[in-house]
Amino acid sequence: MKVYGDGMSACVARVLLCLHEKETEFELVPVDLFACHHKLPSFLSMNPFGQVPVLQDEDLTLFESRAITAYIAEKHKDKGTDLTRHADAKEAAIVKLWSEVESHHFNPAISAVIHHLIVVPLQGKTPDAAIVEENLEKLGKVLDVYEEKLGKTKYLAGDSYTLADLYHVPYTYYFMKTGHAGLVNDRPNVKAWWEDLCSRPAFLKVSPGLTVAPATN
Amino acid sequence: MAGIKVFGHAASTATRRALLTLHEKNLDFELVHVELKDGEHKKEPFLSRNPFGKVPAFEDGDLKLFESRAITQYIAHRYEEEGTNLLPADSKNISHYAIMAIGMEVEAHHFDPVASKLAWEQVFKLFYGMTTDQAVVEEEEAKLATVLDVYEARLKEFKYLAGETFTLTDLHHIPVIQYLLGTPTKKLFDERPHVSEWVAEITNRPASQKILQ
Repeated sequence: MKVYGDGMSACVARVLLCLHEKETEFELVPVDLFACHHKLPSFLSMNPFGQVPVLQDEDLTLFESRAITAYIAEKHKDKGTDLTRHADAKEAAIVKLWSEVESHHFNPAISAVIHHLIVVPLQGKTPDAAIVEENLEKLGKVLDVYEEKLGKTKYLAGDSYTLADLYHVPYTYYFMKTGHAGLVNDRPNVKAWWEDLCSRPAFLKVSPGLTVAPATN
Repeated sequence: MAGIKVFGHAASTATRRALLTLHEKNLDFELVHVELKDGEHKKEPFLSRNPFGKVPAFEDGDLKLFESRAITQYIAHRYEEEGTNLLPADSKNISHYAIMAIGMEVEAHHFDPVASKLAWEQVFKLFYGMTTDQAVVEEEEAKLATVLDVYEARLKEFKYLAGETFTLTDLHHIPVIQYLLGTPTKKLFDERPHVSEWVAEITNRPASQKILQ
């Protein structure tokens, strides 16, 4: 399997975490985003939306990190961590539910904060404080729901680590380096869950690649 | 098949995704109306069904779900043998399944955020006595045009987004598209012949007509 992208991209990191959890060999092929290689025809023929990651597995080319990870988890469902609870239809549905929550409630808020606090300064521009404030508030409300859920189950979809937890990891890792880590640390169940996610061997392999640093708090 | 309930509003695009799936599968169900204008979705007992306070919520026996795309995927798998197959024709083929999954992610992350803003500005705001912000409409239409250009290229090669058969990927688009067809944004679909043909196909399905009633 080949993954096109760099370890510092949160979306690429999702795929790398999944590959490590499934103990699957792969090759990481860097894509120079600063030189806009992701907008070249050769890349667009793999992902017409011009984004990393892309996965190539023999003659299959996939994009969208959550589609890629679901494919890897299914292909290698009999080894490594059970990321989808595939043997039980109800548990599998709950994993999909909390994966949708990450996609539609958590990700839009946290990625907007990361974009303004980390990416925008790297582009030499000033973050929009109003957008940051608005999204921190949204993120806080999402984490309130997580706090309650994680008081009942060890992980989001139940008592096992699944893709639903994995999807949160890269952006949360970056978020904890901003001045707003309190949103996680002030919620004991969320904090415990985050510390558990950071203790996993797959995380310890991928986190050194998450090297984008916030320029301001 | 007794025991399927959808808690939602018949005009809500997300609720309609769930209803479409149930109609495609010819499944019996009860739609329990949630009065959005009274804020019923932001209070108990609805919040116990969906702590994010959004419709739809869903129940099948003792399984309780929310998030429309989790609900549709559950129904498509659990009732795979009923009604229309909403998974790829060879659903055990993980490559075909992955192609459908890409399409679902594209709908969720590229199409829907833009299309929903356009539906909000031009349709739903008017229900609440608010006015359309034309600057937002222009900005979002430019983004939608870019996404639809990718769809046009895809639909030149394949009849539906995931291949030759109708799947969840196409279905997830239907409710928002139906609203946009009643707005000037319709032109973006009409201008692209393969997209236009696909839109006509998917909105003319009997299930798609049922949810408009």
